[in-house]
Amino acid sequence: MIEIRDLTKTYPTPEGGITALSGIDLTIGDGEIFGIIGLSGAGKSTLVRCMNLLERPTSGQVLVDGRDLTAMSRKELLRTRKKIGMIFQSFNLLSQRTALGNVLFPLEIAGTPRKEAVAKAGELLDTVGLSDRAGAYPSQLSGGQKQRVAIARALATDPSYLLCDEATSALDPTTTSQILELLAGINRERGVTIVVITHEMKVIEQICGRVAIIDRSRIAEVGKVSEVFSDPKSEMGRELVLPSLRPQAAGMTKRAVRVTFDGRSSFEPVISNMILECRCTVNILYADTRDIGGSAYGQMLLQLPDDAAAVSRIHSYLDSRGIQYADEDL
Amino acid sequence: MTGGQASLSIFTQLYSLLTGSGTAAFFARIFGGGMAHDYAVAIWETVYITVSGTAIAYLFGIPLGVILYGTSKGSLFPNRPVNSVLGFAVNIFRSVPFIILLVLTQPVAKAVVGTKLGNAAFIVYLSIAAIPFVSRMVESSLREVDAGVIEAAQSMGTGNFGLIAKVLIPEAKPSLLTGAAIAFTTILGYTPMTYLVAGGGLGNLAIRYGIYRFDATIMYVSSFLLIIVVQVFQESFNLAAVKTDRRRRK
Repeated sequence: MIEIRDLTKTYPTPEGGITALSGIDLTIGDGEIFGIIGLSGAGKSTLVRCMNLLERPTSGQVLVDGRDLTAMSRKELLRTRKKIGMIFQSFNLLSQRTALGNVLFPLEIAGTPRKEAVAKAGELLDTVGLSDRAGAYPSQLSGGQKQRVAIARALATDPSYLLCDEATSALDPTTTSQILELLAGINRERGVTIVVITHEMKVIEQICGRVAIIDRSRIAEVGKVSEVFSDPKSEMGRELVLPSLRPQAAGMTKRAVRVTFDGRSSFEPVISNMILECRCTVNILYADTRDIGGSAYGQMLLQLPDDAAAVSRIHSYLDSRGIQYADEDL
Repeated sequence: MTGGQASLSIFTQLYSLLTGSGTAAFFARIFGGGMAHDYAVAIWETVYITVSGTAIAYLFGIPLGVILYGTSKGSLFPNRPVNSVLGFAVNIFRSVPFIILLVLTQPVAKAVVGTKLGNAAFIVYLSIAAIPFVSRMVESSLREVDAGVIEAAQSMGTGNFGLIAKVLIPEAKPSLLTGAAIAFTTILGYTPMTYLVAGGGLGNLAIRYGIYRFDATIMYVSSFLLIIVVQVFQESFNLAAVKTDRRRRK
């Protein structure tokens, strides 16, 4: 378990300091895949670096398995870090070592006997699907392959935790998906707790169980991904889930309704039927729906007409179809 | 013979060499009278002085470069006093002209090799002059190492010693080798000063024969041989840097 208690981080500047993190409280349970999402500069990379003390918090505690990293001696800290693997956006492989050599690195640092280390590194390369590229140098590997090597390297010391700092942000969507699949498998099969830092919703959606939204150095909200994404409570949450909606159309109000398709409604043309039945127009500001096995999943944001009677017809129509919705002000 | 006549004569001879006649006479003029042996000895002395000087400079320069790098702000073991004092000392030694440094450090040579004169003493002067320069070269090579790679190694629980020995130096190796080629050539540029301490080498030969005895031929030949020595070493270091750099390998 990783527990963060009342953590702050400020960087000193001549003007009195920049606050990167403020009043952070967070608990990440064993076996979780925990996501941390936020915009650039929100403090998420600093937060993940506080979890292995690559960044030392200005105040507060970081407890890993109940032991406070900030109170540890340097030697103890170095030993504890071997139990917390980390991967990065830019992979950070040793450019002068082969894939195998990179995976061997943490084992050399840990003092593992050579024979045992080579066997283990080979196994790990096999796990990440790169056993045929063991002798390749990073410059000869693709982005996805480099991240696979980095994952194998991070797992070499059998860590209980794996911190992923924007690990897929430099990769194309297909490769991203494959890497996330690999991470999910590692979580399942090895029981490694994974912390994922990202600015991409898709990453959180694909593998995370719980998510924290971080906004301007603070945690805006924490919860199950399904809950936070279907009903974001914080301003930043709404901004991330329903990006860029501010267009105004003639005859429309500042009121809108957010319709959530949770799979219970069949994939019928709900909105078209609603318009025909209610005899009024709506403005689709945002839509992200998917047909999964004949059921609709996703969200739509509809701007409502300037007509109270039409609005109430829309509400009753949605009620009659058992479709979830919530009123929103634009 | 005057300098003017000497240079005229070598051009005449080069001309006759190119036109195909008098080749034997040309080589006799250059290498005759035991000069071939003198050149051979001078080449050996130049190589031995420069290689020893460079090696000793690196022996001290690598640890000093690592300290300069490691004690700098935000580095592995930041230490402002150590960094400032060392940086200042390095700058002082680099500012003193070699010829002055050579005089100032005579007691050191006396203490280390037992004499102030000769090639061995000269290697001492050369090393002292080159250590600060080499330290800065090493420091700048280490700075080029990707901060992300260092951070990744730290995240795996690597201590400072491991970082230096297993990350910084191996990752900086191509840059260190390229730097060594530059250092070698710079150090070689000091070797004619052996003239001041009764040492040897090609540059010294060029000064003694070419300048003080007005024998331009020997001056030109010595310089030509120096060019070859520099080319050979420069190219070998660069080749080693390229061949061992895994970043560009396809």
